Amino acid sequence: MPERTAEIELRLLLEAIFLKYDYDFREYSLASLRRRVQQALRQLECASISELQARVLHDPAGFMQLLQYLTIPVSEMFRDPEYFRGLRQHVIPLLRTYPSLKIWVAGCSTGEEAYSMAILLREEGLLERSMIYATDINPLSLERARKGIYPLTQISGFTRSYQAAGGASTFSDYYTAAYDGALFDKSLRDHLTFADHSLATDSVFAETQLISCRNVLIYFNKQLQNRALGLFHESLCHRGFLGLGSKESLNFSSYGKQFETLLRDEKVFRKL
Amino acid sequence: MTRQAYEAVVLGASAGGVEALLYLFGALDSGGCRLPLIAVQHLPEKAQSQLAEILAARLKRPVREAEDKAPVQPGVLYVAAPGYHLSIENDRSFSLSSEAPVNFSRPSIDLLFESAAHAYGPKLIGVLLTGANEDGSAGLEQIAQYGGLTLVQEPAEAAVACMPLAALQRFSPDHVLRLRDMAELILRLEEVHAE
Ligand SMILES: C[S@@+](CC[C@H](N)C(=O)[O-])C[C@H]1O[C@@H](n2cnc3c(N)ncnc32)[C@H](O)[C@@H]1O
Repeated sequence: MPERTAEIELRLLLEAIFLKYDYDFREYSLASLRRRVQQALRQLECASISELQARVLHDPAGFMQLLQYLTIPVSEMFRDPEYFRGLRQHVIPLLRTYPSLKIWVAGCSTGEEAYSMAILLREEGLLERSMIYATDINPLSLERARKGIYPLTQISGFTRSYQAAGGASTFSDYYTAAYDGALFDKSLRDHLTFADHSLATDSVFAETQLISCRNVLIYFNKQLQNRALGLFHESLCHRGFLGLGSKESLNFSSYGKQFETLLRDEKVFRKL
Repeated sequence: MTRQAYEAVVLGASAGGVEALLYLFGALDSGGCRLPLIAVQHLPEKAQSQLAEILAARLKRPVREAEDKAPVQPGVLYVAAPGYHLSIENDRSFSLSSEAPVNFSRPSIDLLFESAAHAYGPKLIGVLLTGANEDGSAGLEQIAQYGGLTLVQEPAEAAVACMPLAALQRFSPDHVLRLRDMAELILRLEEVHAE
């Protein structure tokens, strides 16, 4: 059956990527991965996954192109505004008790979620004592995140979400518009550290009070979800907070009993 | 001829679909169908988030929004969550993803069907109903290529014939049926196997 061959080719490709580049996609959800590899085949004009594998093995630039398909580099500021509203109302008051804060945005993509977090903390008067570690595996996304420039075409959507999230100020205070980009404020950037870190292969790097990992775990299979949740559990301080994407939960993981639900709909949990 | 032991039914519908689904599910429930039913119904995002509730109010079987990593269970009707694609993994659990819309749709019927074809092979029944676009026909063809059974609503009966017609233009599905006959066929296939 041709589909069996394609499945074998896909596994070999993931193995080759792991051996050559140390990126481990072997425990990602297969359905979505399969589709994205198919898209990459069309775009990179390869007739088969085997051909793509050969290309990727011999050409790091080709791998970087493929990585843009394997990761899903899409994000928004204040995506799911009710999540940020929930943090503002129910988590921030508890974070005030800490003299200094470390926050981890895992799978930050091009940085929108991390900047949203920084804005939220600024408005609540906590940014000055905070450091936000925002991590991802896609170097191109991290580079864009560090620049902090977003297309002006997206700003009206971001502004709406900012307001819906309970924004306490005027969104345009946080950026300066230039040409077709909005450059976000340097004073936010000073509290953001963007770094390469994989939830699949790396270990914990700091003790944190809040971790936000949204729309990343859905791309992992159960084992890898558990690995990532294990890192979060280890990194969080006693009674630390974990925020997930709006359709993510701990229900099918082995960590359900080690967190309590703080906000059910907004998917905010608290370490027990 | 050997009979397949069908293990799941995946369904796709768009315009006019809620009524069609209610009719079909009602008939399957009355007939005691135990197969898991997994449906993508295109709707505006707000309405989509209420779909499970609307169906649950009218049906006997449990209705759930399919959650990421939840195992597919018999006797349950699953609907796709708004704003995410729904897939089935080879271990017969759900996975969600926020990739770009396909055929202007997220959830996309094609994506559900294609992943289900991989996961279930010949043990799958694919059903494409009324709708005003072409989502689902490529996925339904893939179900056929993997040996699954493909059913398309009789275009004359469909509230909007576009979606069934798109499938018929693309390939020859196993059956083109009215909803009543479709329910009967699914029940009969399940029964034949139970005996
Ligand atoms: C869909 S984006 C989510 C962006 C943002 N968190 C949001 O919700 O808008 C998924 C991100 O997860 C990242 N990612 C995928 N695998 C990862 C891994 N093993 N470790 C860390 N990040 C990963 C991808 O590179 C991508 O940037």
